Amino acid sequence: MNFAVLQFPGSNCDQDCVHVLKNVLGHSARLLWHKENSVGDADAVIVPGGFSYGDYLRTGAIARYSNVMAAVTEFANQGGLVMGICNGFQILCEAGLLPGALIRNRSIKFRCEFVWLRTGPANTPFTCKAPEGTVLRIPIAHGEGCYFADPETLKKLEANGQILWRYCDEQGKVEAEANPNGSLLNIAGICNEKKNVAGLMPHPERASEDILSSSDGRILFESMIQWHCKK
Amino acid sequence: MKAKVIVTPKKAVLDPQGKTVQNALEHIGFKGVKDVRIGKYIEIELEGTDREAALRSIQEASHKILSNPVIEDYSVEICD
Repeated sequence: MNFAVLQFPGSNCDQDCVHVLKNVLGHSARLLWHKENSVGDADAVIVPGGFSYGDYLRTGAIARYSNVMAAVTEFANQGGLVMGICNGFQILCEAGLLPGALIRNRSIKFRCEFVWLRTGPANTPFTCKAPEGTVLRIPIAHGEGCYFADPETLKKLEANGQILWRYCDEQGKVEAEANPNGSLLNIAGICNEKKNVAGLMPHPERASEDILSSSDGRILFESMIQWHCKK
Repeated sequence: MKAKVIVTPKKAVLDPQGKTVQNALEHIGFKGVKDVRIGKYIEIELEGTDREAALRSIQEASHKILSNPVIEDYSVEICD
């Protein structure tokens, strides 16, 4: 499978994503500079974490208008698989490819730690290898990861099974104490209505090898690969 | 001409920054503070003299990039 990993000025998780996809999972992955106008022969696009354009104005606000994002939007509209991680999630929300927005953590603190995630419905390209309710241990590292959307949007997300990951405790219980940033409904990640675009604040690429104390993040990439190969 | 754009968080959106500043104001003795909301002020120098066209253009810019309509409101003022 061919992955394209976007690279903006200020991206800093791009190399980690390429490493996991290539060296850990054995697939093809290349970096795609923000000035490019096409995703080329990519089967899937990863929008990685970091601080694109210094997070100026709002997180993701400037990256969203880059050349490459126009190409990614077209790719997504044609059904292509796109996953945004951390700043990538913020960019996809700004671009309107995902509903809602990420705002300042309720605690105002930058949170950098492992969290537990409860996986949502398994009928998506990002969760198909993890049965619903699977609990994952994956780290977060963000100051602006509090998911916000209006009540109507939240209702829709729930009804359509678009909430793919929620902050939970070790046993998988979704509760306020397990919420690191104040996200509404403990949302850590969602997908769009068509289920081909997903975004999440936690970093699966930082938890894809046992040496990093968790390899739970692999299942997200492996789900995408399985989904693509079955197709 | 100059455009002055003010971007503020929507009422329904949490503003932890505003809350923290409110606490600080109370802490240093300012009484009667009911709420604090923190936004952004953007000043844009413009060419030309057509104020109406400038207003339309900056309103579009505010909607497209200077604010995020999901979480923020904006107001635009054109002045000399």
